[in-house]
This record gives sequence, C-alpha cells and structure tokens, in this order.
Amino acid sequence: MVIYGVGLLAACYLAGVFLGDLLGRLIGVQANVGGVGIAMLFLILASDALIKRGRLKPQTREGVIFWSAIYIPVIVAMAAKQNVIAALKGGPMALLAGALATVTCFALVPVISRIGGAGEPLPEPDAEDL
Amino acid sequence: MGVLETLSDVLVNNGLITAFAFVGIVVWLSYLVSNRLTAGRIHGSAIAILVGLVLAWVGGEVTGGSDGLADITVLGGIGLMGGAMLRDFTIVATAFGVNFDEIRRAGVGALVSLLVGVLGSFVIGAAVARAFGYTDAVSLTTIGAGAATYIVGPVTGSAIGASSEVIALSIAAGLVKSIMVMTGTPFIAKAIGLNNAKSAMIYGGLMGTTSGVAGGLAATDKRLVPYGAMTATFYTGLGCLLGPSLFYFAVRALVG
Repeated sequence: MVIYGVGLLAACYLAGVFLGDLLGRLIGVQANVGGVGIAMLFLILASDALIKRGRLKPQTREGVIFWSAIYIPVIVAMAAKQNVIAALKGGPMALLAGALATVTCFALVPVISRIGGAGEPLPEPDAEDL
Repeated sequence: MGVLETLSDVLVNNGLITAFAFVGIVVWLSYLVSNRLTAGRIHGSAIAILVGLVLAWVGGEVTGGSDGLADITVLGGIGLMGGAMLRDFTIVATAFGVNFDEIRRAGVGALVSLLVGVLGSFVIGAAVARAFGYTDAVSLTTIGAGAATYIVGPVTGSAIGASSEVIALSIAAGLVKSIMVMTGTPFIAKAIGLNNAKSAMIYGGLMGTTSGVAGGLAATDKRLVPYGAMTATFYTGLGCLLGPSLFYFAVRALVG
C-alpha cells in the first residue's frame, strides 16, 4: 500500500529531526544539527534493508517516490516566499558580503573535490520527470 | 455575495490546494519557456525558481510583508507548501535510492568542506563589514555569521548582544547568499565540476544554505539534491556552534 511508503518516509523524517534537535541541545546551540541528513541516512539504510529482503513492494515505493517528485514544485513555492525585499534593502554591504561569500565558496568546490580523487559523473539523465 | 468573493473564499479556505494549482501553472509555463525560448538550454526548474523569486519580490512590494507571495491572502498556502516542513520532507524523500557507498566515499572531503565553508563565509562577511566601517567585535561577528546563513546570523547576534540593525543586516547578507546560490548554481555547475555525487556533497558543505543548495541543485540536476542536502544540513548547526563562541573570541582578540 502506498501509505506504507509515506509512513516509512515520515518515520525516518521524524526520527532524524528528533535526533538533530537532541544533538543541537547536546552541544548547546539553538538549531537543529543535521536532522535532515540523519533522516536521509535512515531512509537509505531502511529502504536498502527492505529491498534486500524483498519487502519493499512497488506500491510502497510509490509512496516515497511521489514526495521525491514533488520536491521541485515545493522548492518553487519556497522561492516564492523568500524575503527578497529584505535582501535588497540590506544595501551594498549585505549584497557584497553575501555575494563574495557565495563566489568564494563556488570557487572552492573543485579545490576540495580533489581530496581523495575525483568523483564519477552521473550517467546522462533519462527523460525529464517532474 | 458576488462570484469573485465566493471564488476568493474558496481559494483562501483551501490554501494548500490553491498553492498546488498555482505552482503547477508556474512550473508548466516555465518548462514551456525553457523548451520554446531557450531550446532546453536553461533548465525548466531553474526558470521556475527564478520566476518564484520574482513573484516573491512582487508579493513583498505589494503587501510590505516578509513572506513574499505568501503574504497575498489568496496565495497564503504558498507559505505552507514552501515552508520548512514540506521542504525538508521532500528533501528526505530524494534520498530514496541513493547509493550509500557514494556518501562514504566523500567522507573526509565533506567534513573539510563544512569547516572551510563556515570559516570562509564568516571571514569574508566580517571583512566586508570592517570595510564598511564596523569596528566592534559584536557587529563584525554577527555580520560574518550572516554571510554563513541567514539563520546563523541572528542566532549568533542575539547570543552576543548585537543591535537589531546589525542583526537585520546579517539576515540580509544571508538572504543574498541563499538567492545567489539558488540562481547561480546551474550556470557555474559545469565550471566547478558539479556533476557527481562527491562534488555535490562538497558543494553542499561549502554553501551551507539549505534553501540555496536545495534550489540550486534542483535547477542543475535533481539527482544531485540528496548528496548536497546531506552535508548542507549540518552547516547551520555548525555555524550556530562556532559563531557565538570560537569566532566571537577570535574576532574579539583581533580587534580588542
């Protein structure tokens, strides 16, 4: 059933965010530390284990795949609710600070990627799926 | 009651559904533009995200609020659809089918990228603040933290007692970064080798802004999203840890 997939995803999400909050509290910061990343690890490990045992039926997968496919529309909505005005109103200092930080970090990606050898490019994508 | 009022009531009372329909139209039009006007050279999702940002600007101008298009009453559902809950839920879903070995392979590099990313943004932000005439350790630290992400800025600022004007500036710096990462990534992806799981993880650790990375990778290649998001999710926590402590003490030692 589709809901099994959605339920699995929800359980991983909640467990990850919970651990992220605990981790934040443990090191004394007012922020979630890695909650989403931990949740992703849970989902990867759980689905891997279920697939190996043949317990992840196609319908169950659909419950996860749907939410993965709805990701880009959600990001479009996220873009549409950004405080763009405040970003521009920050004036030249905020613009320069943000822009220089961005450009520098972009430039560092290939430098740090060299650690431990280059990665394999992903294969050419199939037909667009949204 | 007129037809228009009834329609507006229906849209407001079913906010999230209205948002689905609205975003559906935006994405459809964006892919149309991508295919017809750019022959697919500029990714449809990149255009859609750009359109979203322009609409956010319009919403802010029209309403004077801080939530972009979501401040327009009939489009309030955009706030829920684009909020942190659904964003993070769908990000986690993209991890489905990810190869765990790829993540392990990036291990050391990902860790280095996080440290360099937080430190680099912080130093640059503080240096720019210094160039614009700020000299006290609290303001320099807060604006530097804002250049990391727009969450690290205010968290750091309130912890060390920055003025609300400086906190607002730190949020603005973080917003600029997030928007630049969102819109700039697809255009520089090739130049910085952003075409594999490993570089995506390093990119996530260096940029750190979850919304920027989420949007930037979505506009580049959706399959890279889980890798970049995985590391980016640790960035804000690390920044909130280092900002009011190590960074603040270092800046205070430097400027007295």
